[in-house]
Amino acid sequence: MATFDPETLLYDETHEWVHLEEEGGAKVATVGITDFAVEQLTDLTFMELPSVGAEVRAGEEFGEVESVKAVSPLYSPVTGEVVAVNEGLPDRLEVLSQDPFGEGWLIKVRITDESSLANLMDYAAYRKQCEGEA
Amino acid sequence: MRNRQATQLIFELSRPGRRAVRLPECDVPEQPLEELVPSRHLAGEPPPLPEVTEPEVVRHFTNLSTLNMSVDTHFYPLGSCTMKYNPKRNEAMASLPGIVDLHPYQPDETAQGMLALLFALQEMLAEISGLPAVSLQPAAGAHGELTALMVAAAHFRNRGEERPRVLVPDSAHGTNPASAKMAGMQAITVRSTSDGFVDLEDLEEKLDERVAVFMMTNPNTLGRFDGQIVRIAELVHERGGLIYLDGANMNAILGKTRPGDFGADMMHFNPHKTFSGPHGGGGPGAGPICVTRELDPYLPRPIVRSDGERYWLEHSSERSIGRVRSFFGNVGVLVRAYCYILSYGGEGLRRVAEHAVLNANYLLSRVKHFLPVPQGDRCMHEFVASATPLKQQKGLKQPAMDVAKRLLDFGFHAPTVYFPLTVPEAMMIEPTETESRETLDAFAQTLFRITDEPAELLREAPHTTWISRPDEVRAARQPVLKWEPTRDATGDAQR
Repeated sequence: MATFDPETLLYDETHEWVHLEEEGGAKVATVGITDFAVEQLTDLTFMELPSVGAEVRAGEEFGEVESVKAVSPLYSPVTGEVVAVNEGLPDRLEVLSQDPFGEGWLIKVRITDESSLANLMDYAAYRKQCEGEA
Repeated sequence: MRNRQATQLIFELSRPGRRAVRLPECDVPEQPLEELVPSRHLAGEPPPLPEVTEPEVVRHFTNLSTLNMSVDTHFYPLGSCTMKYNPKRNEAMASLPGIVDLHPYQPDETAQGMLALLFALQEMLAEISGLPAVSLQPAAGAHGELTALMVAAAHFRNRGEERPRVLVPDSAHGTNPASAKMAGMQAITVRSTSDGFVDLEDLEEKLDERVAVFMMTNPNTLGRFDGQIVRIAELVHERGGLIYLDGANMNAILGKTRPGDFGADMMHFNPHKTFSGPHGGGGPGAGPICVTRELDPYLPRPIVRSDGERYWLEHSSERSIGRVRSFFGNVGVLVRAYCYILSYGGEGLRRVAEHAVLNANYLLSRVKHFLPVPQGDRCMHEFVASATPLKQQKGLKQPAMDVAKRLLDFGFHAPTVYFPLTVPEAMMIEPTETESRETLDAFAQTLFRITDEPAELLREAPHTTWISRPDEVRAARQPVLKWEPTRDATGDAQR
């Protein structure tokens, strides 16, 4: 998968990014975690992702990522059904560190409720949040 | 000087034919093994046990033990673990022949002393917790959590209520959500406010008739007592749920307040923390739980009962969840907890809590000038500092880890790092009541000195330990859990 331009993506406050596209009349979101999150987590050791077909809800956990520092939940920025999962990623977590906005994507979700999209931030707002946390 | 020969892997020390113990010649006729045991149960070859002499075994383990830090050798401010000194008198008491030589299958009439001791311990824990029904069976704190959640599940099943959810604050010990999952329930995270307390709005939003239990640590993992607890208990109880108190931090409130009095329905104790039973290598642990009278019927059996004269094990109860541990649990550590509680008495335990809180606040007041403590100027038995400023000051990527590693060079065990998750670059420091002012001063001075050191020195620390920085990523992702002989070019195993 090509690497997305971070400036074109949407973000939630728990450091997930969203890329939206139209597919057969529905919005499909590609979801990943940001370079800032990956850097904060440091060396990654383990990841658990949902299966295709799972329901995810905005603000709720859909998986977890573990680093040498801690286990952190992955929060879904959108509500819908998981239609694709980056299956090989948990075995090659270095890919996530190298290319968080591309090959390191986590899941694709067919959105069933668009209301939560309004809560997401644009790139500038997200950068500002990160500066506050660094 | 380090003896590097003796601390090789014991398999590498092995040489064919060496023995620590030589048994005398067998004086009865030998019978072939195959005639005694069906061949399908026999291994093809003997297990590859290391073959070493007695002095080699002794040197191996004695030298290994000197590579480690322990409460007997070092200050050990490992937050959330309450690494207080383990009084040696407890070891002496737990080693008395009348205690260690008991057999778990002895009839109750012949073990009245032990049953009386365990009964008294049940009563003591009930009094300290303010919760009258006690099970001493669980074998660890997390096992206590799981047992209590199973008790809660049985309680709701009996009432015909389906409550699959457990709420857990984001500052909770990782064991809380893990126990919920083990108990077949779903753990849902409740946010904390920036002060580190439970976010009541978020709690109310997530609290509904699907919630069985709200698991709470109070004082919490930030070392602060959440004064909203009575309100929280009201909210949870109004909706039919139960409050579980994670007793990891009981050292801060012994004799000061009781979980049963501030609304908890269930809790566990960590005898290895609060009651000075040794951690880890001291033997198996325990995680006794205390619950309300209403939940008593669901507790695991057996429980020690008494009519004031005789003691017996009550084995059955119609609604009990059954056994959670073989025999009566890990009695050795329970004996140590009993000795500890008895040595201090009620007033003494209150002073334990006071001194634990005083020591933590003293250390906090010395540390906060150079390492910020985001959640306030006062704490209970521990506090959480943040090493974040060192990121910019020194360009360190993981300053809490670097400082922790550097502390080892100065002869201090590291604090807990990167927990709780709500504080970035967290350093969770718990001095306990058994440390002197001189030790606390020396630790604070060393910590200050480290924050002033050049980045290179920190990044590569520790410099004085045998192993400096293990490859944690490889250890987590490709763990080697079993020794195997390395083979040379001819395919022969090398020892």
